[in-house]
Amino acid sequence: MRPERSFQGLILTLQRFWADQGCVILQPYDMEMGAGTFHPATTLRALGPKPWRAAYVQPSRRPKDGRYGENPNRLQHYYQYQVIMKPSPPDLQDLYLRSLAAIGLDSSLHDIRFVEDDWESPTLGAWGLGWECWCDGMEVSQFTYFQQVAGVECAPVAGELTYGLERLAMYVQGVDRVYDLNFNGRDGADKVTYGDVFLQAEQEYSRHNFEHSDADMLFKQFSMAEEACRKYLAAGWKDGQREAHLMALPAYDQCIKASHVFNLLDARGVISVTERQSYIGRVRDLAKACGEAWVKTAAGGAA
Amino acid sequence: MPDLLLELFSEEIPARMQAKAADDLRRMVTDKLVAEGLVYEGAKAFATPRRLTLTVHGIPARQSDLKEERKGPRVGGPDAAIQGFLKATGLASLDQAKIQRDPKKGDFYIALIEKPGRATLDVLAEILPVIIRTFPWPKSMRWGERSARSGALQWVRPLHSIIATFGIETEEPDVVTFAIDDIAAGQTTSGHRFMAPAPIGVRRFEDYEAKLQAAKVVLDPQRRKDTILADAKELAFAQGFELVEDQMLLDEVSGLVEWPVVLMGSFDKVFLSIPGEVIRATIRNNQKCFVVSDPKTGKLANKFILTANIEASDGGKAIVAGNERVIRARLSDAKFFYETDLKTKLEERLRKFDGIVFHEKLGTQAERIARIERLAAEVAPLVGADVAKATRAAHLAKADLLTEVVGEFPELQGLMGKYYALAQGEDASVAAASEEHYKPQGPADRVPADPVSIAVALADKLDTLTGFWAFDEKPTGSKDPYALRRAALGVIRLMVENAIRTNLMQLLNRHIRSFVTAQGMKDWNGTQVDQKCIDLLSFFADRLKVQLRDQGARHDLVDAVFALEGQDDLLMIVRRVEALGKFLDTDDGKNLLAGVKRAANILRIEEKKDGKTFDGTPDTSLYASAEEKTLAKAIEQAKADAGAAVAKEDFAAAMTAMAKLRPAVDAFFDKVKVNDDDAKVRENRLKLLNEIRAATRAVADFSKIQD
Repeated sequence: MRPERSFQGLILTLQRFWADQGCVILQPYDMEMGAGTFHPATTLRALGPKPWRAAYVQPSRRPKDGRYGENPNRLQHYYQYQVIMKPSPPDLQDLYLRSLAAIGLDSSLHDIRFVEDDWESPTLGAWGLGWECWCDGMEVSQFTYFQQVAGVECAPVAGELTYGLERLAMYVQGVDRVYDLNFNGRDGADKVTYGDVFLQAEQEYSRHNFEHSDADMLFKQFSMAEEACRKYLAAGWKDGQREAHLMALPAYDQCIKASHVFNLLDARGVISVTERQSYIGRVRDLAKACGEAWVKTAAGGAA
Repeated sequence: MPDLLLELFSEEIPARMQAKAADDLRRMVTDKLVAEGLVYEGAKAFATPRRLTLTVHGIPARQSDLKEERKGPRVGGPDAAIQGFLKATGLASLDQAKIQRDPKKGDFYIALIEKPGRATLDVLAEILPVIIRTFPWPKSMRWGERSARSGALQWVRPLHSIIATFGIETEEPDVVTFAIDDIAAGQTTSGHRFMAPAPIGVRRFEDYEAKLQAAKVVLDPQRRKDTILADAKELAFAQGFELVEDQMLLDEVSGLVEWPVVLMGSFDKVFLSIPGEVIRATIRNNQKCFVVSDPKTGKLANKFILTANIEASDGGKAIVAGNERVIRARLSDAKFFYETDLKTKLEERLRKFDGIVFHEKLGTQAERIARIERLAAEVAPLVGADVAKATRAAHLAKADLLTEVVGEFPELQGLMGKYYALAQGEDASVAAASEEHYKPQGPADRVPADPVSIAVALADKLDTLTGFWAFDEKPTGSKDPYALRRAALGVIRLMVENAIRTNLMQLLNRHIRSFVTAQGMKDWNGTQVDQKCIDLLSFFADRLKVQLRDQGARHDLVDAVFALEGQDDLLMIVRRVEALGKFLDTDDGKNLLAGVKRAANILRIEEKKDGKTFDGTPDTSLYASAEEKTLAKAIEQAKADAGAAVAKEDFAAAMTAMAKLRPAVDAFFDKVKVNDDDAKVRENRLKLLNEIRAATRAVADFSKIQD
């Protein structure tokens, strides 16, 4: 399973590398989300004083980026590899560069650069400073020192690495079209490509996202998720006091849900420019309320 | 004398912040040294992506000792004053104070305070941590374990090490002893991230710079720029091409590398079917690479130049191949965008503007475009443009904002509109207006000369200005989010440089009705106009003053001209100001100005004394001297001649007519005593003086002119 031979080889190499750094290797979160950052293992675990190291693959849904399978590198569903380390270790840049070396990007042969890119997620009420990491002019990762998540200051600060797996794989495999990626590392009849696995899905979901998704249902789902999130948050305060919270995770699931439903509505073109800001604000309010609850839980560092 | 070497070594500093950071570091350290009485010989600061470095040479090793005498209370003064004196001066008792004899006011105490100068090393140890902790990064961050604690160091990106050495050339320097969080200042740094990562021990700036060079780090950003530019030019030249120079890109790229290695790559020629500006924007913005052109055709060649940060083991083949792949993908996107855009006619895009708010008070983009169309049609005859063409041009001018290419590269707005308009067979002037109507963008930008472009450019800017004025959204101080100052200057330049006559006030007053209903009307030169338009006109006057001042001309003359009622023709105002300026440079002008001011001063004093003004025609029968009669005649003549010249807009002739007043004015002041004992004669003479002032108002209000 060499990383430059197959998509899964690349993933397995990263899993092994970050496992060796003491990261908890998690499986993808079982909900639709726009990026690995939404996974509670990042969003919520970035908050509070407790050390935390985790790495995982997260399928990421960007309904608007669907191109019916016709664009060589734009997808409405793709994979991110996410690493979170709290507090950020002093040698995080070196670790990152070693992970690139592990997947075959030799820094004596390739031009690897850290180019300013300040990260901000208006829906998560989060921001951080860092870079986009370039390899020979291609952005292969995002590197961020979280300063604030869900409206809460990060103390200590977590370092977050996000690898765009398809793009990275295309680079190490020398492929120009994502669907041509070798998925399983076999040749001839045994070879399975990325297209074999995902092309049909891209076509179907593009139709769904742009033309057929049930907007009425989605609007309802958004409200339901929003209401449920608030309900669970309200019910979660122990003894009605705002000292300890007992249901931050289920409440946060509803925030993830609302965020994804918003993305679907946005792709469907049924949200106007002015409404857009207000929807983003509503999701951010949920995220902030969840962050507030999380820091009153055991894992969030509450006494 | 000893030198200071300071290096702050961190993770990658954003390119755009490096130059200012180096400058701030130099300024902060040297200011602080001077404030501590340590005058240095020279200082220089440098930045690379990973370090800020400062060298200050020729700093005294110690501060000078300070001796200070401080005056205290009088001998036998109240105890509270004496205790206060002791406390302030640090004396143990009055025995340590001197007594100064003063037979007049009484003897008093004096404290002699001696403050021994401190070693510069200690001063540095005190000031450097403060400077580092308060460094003005545009954005700074916390990191690592310490970020959990309050008061943790904030830096632009994680700070890893500090070098701070101080000493003379011939000796081993001292390390300035301080630590920030867990980083202690020392004398170790690292070389290039990939090519020479081992720790490097350094003593002082000279060996530091040399050792870095050996460790593949070019410390001086200017040297990196020079290298990149020279190598890029040479690479292009070697293949028969010419580098398209780009200073901003060069600045940025030199901030992304410590060891610049310039390489050339190419892309498929099919992409050359995309407009050159789109290719350049794609390659420049997304990939930070330069483009090259073919000197024979002046068009872009299918090559690009990249700046890598390493000398790769394969000579850069993999790097070039990688960049070529990314650029190919980017250009495919751009080509796709461009070809997609060409499939839709510009006017078909306009419907979408119904749903796009331009500004919450100014309505949608569609409403804005409709207003600009109306105004362009109104302005067209004034600028010699075909009304139909100007209307069409205004109709299409903003349509490209909704194209894919402009969505991707906002800086290509207007230009893409022109290409798309030409592609759909629009008239050349109409197409050009898409690009030109945004001009001039600033004082250095070109002013459009084609009448259709002028009409749309004026309409666009006047609509914006009137709209924001209608809702009192004016620039304040440094805040001008809608670039209204630039728009007003644009209007001035469009009119003046193209010699366009307008009744600007009427134009504004009609157009402001598109935004607000009539209220707050004021009389302006005999007509009723919206107060907001009067306000906007004075904004134009202010802009005109700024522009003239920037050109080194006398901006007070603008006030002198604007003070005449009813001035709203910017071209005429500028012409008048020019003529006035020339006139005032002559002897006649200077003397006449002095005479008019003298008259005005006397009038002011006498008007105050008598509590009344002296307007009204002087009584000829009361003239007692020849000078009075001559002056009266000269005034009459000057008034008539200047008035006629102004009516013909010949301001130079008007000034010449004024100049003829001078001998009569001079002679009058020379020979005639204004405040005659006879009250009637006095009043009549004051009326005559008032006539001088009135006559000169044919060309300007001289009282507004500064001496």
